[in-house]
Amino acid sequence: MYQYDELDQAFVDQRVAEFRDQTRRHLAGQLSEDEFRPLRLRNGLYIQRHAPMLRIAIPYGLLASPQLRKLADIARRYDRGFGHFTTRQNLQLNWPRLPEVPDILAELATVQMHAIQTSGNCVRNVTADHLAGIARDEIDDPRPYCEIIRQWATLHPEFTYLPRKFKIAVTGSPEDRAASEVHDIGLHLARDAQGNIGFTVLVGGGLGRAPVIGQVIRDFLPLAELLAYLEAILRVYNRHGRRDNLNKARIKVLVKTLGVERFREQVEAEWQLSRESAARLPATEVERVRSFFRPQPYEALEDFDASAGREPAFQAWYRYNTRPHRVSGYRAVFVSLKAHGQNPGDMSSQQMEAVAALAERVSFGLVRATHNQNLLLADVRQRGLYEVWLELERHQLAMPNIGTLTDMIACPGLDFCSLANAGTLGVAKQIQERFDNLDYLYDLGDIEIKMSGCMNACGHHHVGHIGILGVDKHGEEWYQITLGGSANGFTALGEVIGPSVPKNEVAATIERIVEVYRALRAEGERFIDTFRRVGLTPFRQSAYATHPAAA
Amino acid sequence: MRRILRRREIVVDDWTHLGEDAVDGAALIVPLAELRKDPGRWWQWSGRLGVRLTPVDRVEELADELPRLDLVAVEFPTPVDGRGYSQGRLLRERLGFRGELRAVGAGVRQDQVFLLARCGFDAIELTDGEDPDAARRALQRYDVAYQPGSPETAIRRQRFFA
Ligand code: HEM
Ligand code: SF4
Repeated sequence: MYQYDELDQAFVDQRVAEFRDQTRRHLAGQLSEDEFRPLRLRNGLYIQRHAPMLRIAIPYGLLASPQLRKLADIARRYDRGFGHFTTRQNLQLNWPRLPEVPDILAELATVQMHAIQTSGNCVRNVTADHLAGIARDEIDDPRPYCEIIRQWATLHPEFTYLPRKFKIAVTGSPEDRAASEVHDIGLHLARDAQGNIGFTVLVGGGLGRAPVIGQVIRDFLPLAELLAYLEAILRVYNRHGRRDNLNKARIKVLVKTLGVERFREQVEAEWQLSRESAARLPATEVERVRSFFRPQPYEALEDFDASAGREPAFQAWYRYNTRPHRVSGYRAVFVSLKAHGQNPGDMSSQQMEAVAALAERVSFGLVRATHNQNLLLADVRQRGLYEVWLELERHQLAMPNIGTLTDMIACPGLDFCSLANAGTLGVAKQIQERFDNLDYLYDLGDIEIKMSGCMNACGHHHVGHIGILGVDKHGEEWYQITLGGSANGFTALGEVIGPSVPKNEVAATIERIVEVYRALRAEGERFIDTFRRVGLTPFRQSAYATHPAAA
Repeated sequence: MRRILRRREIVVDDWTHLGEDAVDGAALIVPLAELRKDPGRWWQWSGRLGVRLTPVDRVEELADELPRLDLVAVEFPTPVDGRGYSQGRLLRERLGFRGELRAVGAGVRQDQVFLLARCGFDAIELTDGEDPDAARRALQRYDVAYQPGSPETAIRRQRFFA
């Protein structure tokens, strides 16, 4: 993985010193809350329902064991002994104390980590496919480019005060596991006719209030032009994006207002004019960064069926929680943060330490955070899978439900978030309880549930096969359900099934929906494919205990 | 007596904004809208002339007039309105403006000065109540940077170059 050089280290250290000074001035009354807010946000610090919330960046999801151990240690010493992994490959702490945040950031800096630009209206953590570097369908590893973009975007002098937050995702595979089409910029690695690396550039995707799928503005951008082109996009946005209305300030609104054609013309014109003065990306720098992401020193091993002859519990785990690897003899292993009875994405310090140690033994000391709020051990020898399973079991991290209905995404909702309309964690629990039968889950197959506690869509509900959105109905928590959303390779926004349902009806409604699927599916057909074939109507007709007109 | 940060020094401001007491022959900063309204008058001004831009003003429209201007002031109405950073870089890098590039407005505070300097602002007129000494120190908060930028700050190591 990438290792900081002297520049990177000096930068994070100086950043901590700056934030320490800003925090001191705030606590001394020299910076009002309004003045402090944009400064703290750019260091990952929100003020939430109960306490501050600190969002720590895990660039493109990659963590080394000492880093995960440090996170465990910080969560234990400065918080309540657990953290929450988010859909954008960050870790959130829900109870840090403001005066101690500079100390937390200083601790992070000792392991080459930070919370820079994880919130605020600036370029956020750049995310990537969690199977980067090991996927069989990959054109090129996206992580070196994420790292280059991370560095370029860090305290960018021109783009630190954008109209609104700005999210970039890079994917190297046709199956888009980074949800890049719902990012402000999505970069798809591509090769031109000569085999040179470059990117297809999408802009204007985003969820939130008005979800939009990104559109292509350039089919092929040569690698050397990456930073110049990003600068051109950001400059057009920084100058012309709306600042009068927070809800219209995302780049998607600018793209829509101008039309994608005119937006493209402006970017291309800006790019031509600014190529000379923009940051260059020399091949030597690309090589330097790429050298940190070389394939691991794999052993020469044969593939074999590690599950043959083992007990059914292991077989189920093997089938659901491991994935093929590019290199024979290895598999990727999900660490499920979706055990029934726990909040999706939460992990205790003790679990983090166990995984950090396990990764050192079996996966080159590296761990990845996934967009679906799980972790991944990317490079595990098939021969060692059984021991890995036992160890994960011991720590309640082996729930064999990856890709199934209870591997759901949920934002923190009303329990933690001051913007929430409704709770998400209680609903997650309700769903886990109702769908606690693994055979039933397996029969349902691949289903993605994504849940947000309000329109801001932190839980990506628009792109869930089943989306759940908390709404406020006269002070009560209600839930609107959408079907048919998707974010991998075939991005689609879900359709609202009908009137929203009360809290205690959510899991039952979902059960009725999946029963419709069970009745209508063709042999081997996934939920999302059945939905695409038959449409919303049959689901709508049966989703409600009473007819929708009466609900 | 207003003190500003010019390059790395705190100096007494030798410019006057329109609306402040301007004696004949003073160096005067006039809003662009005002310059457009009465060009005959302002281009004949007896002293040095500067223009003040708001965030919506398009710097490209000034291209032909820049050689006749000694100063361009770019307004930051709040600390989070980042349009002026683009205006600054465009003035320097695209339009080749070599006169004084000054950040003005309620958004100009010590926590902004490092970014401003990197974008080519060589003069910083802090908003009322900001301590110029703290701002001068803030210019040196970082001695490394990832992006290209102008040399007002004390950068000893940089990753990307133009
Ligand atoms: C608890 C504190 C949180 C607050 C106050 C918060 C706030 C927001 C707001 C206001 C938006 C809408 C932005 C817009 O539409 O322009 C948003 C979007 C989003 N947030 Fe959060 N969020 C929080 C936690 C999370 C968590 C835990 C996650 C991940 C699980 C997350 C991931 C996202 C994502 C992926 C989006 C959608 C991005 C898009 O609109 O394109 N946030 N958040
Ligand atoms: S979706 Fe709404 S409730 Fe959930 S974390 Fe985001 S802002 Fe909070």
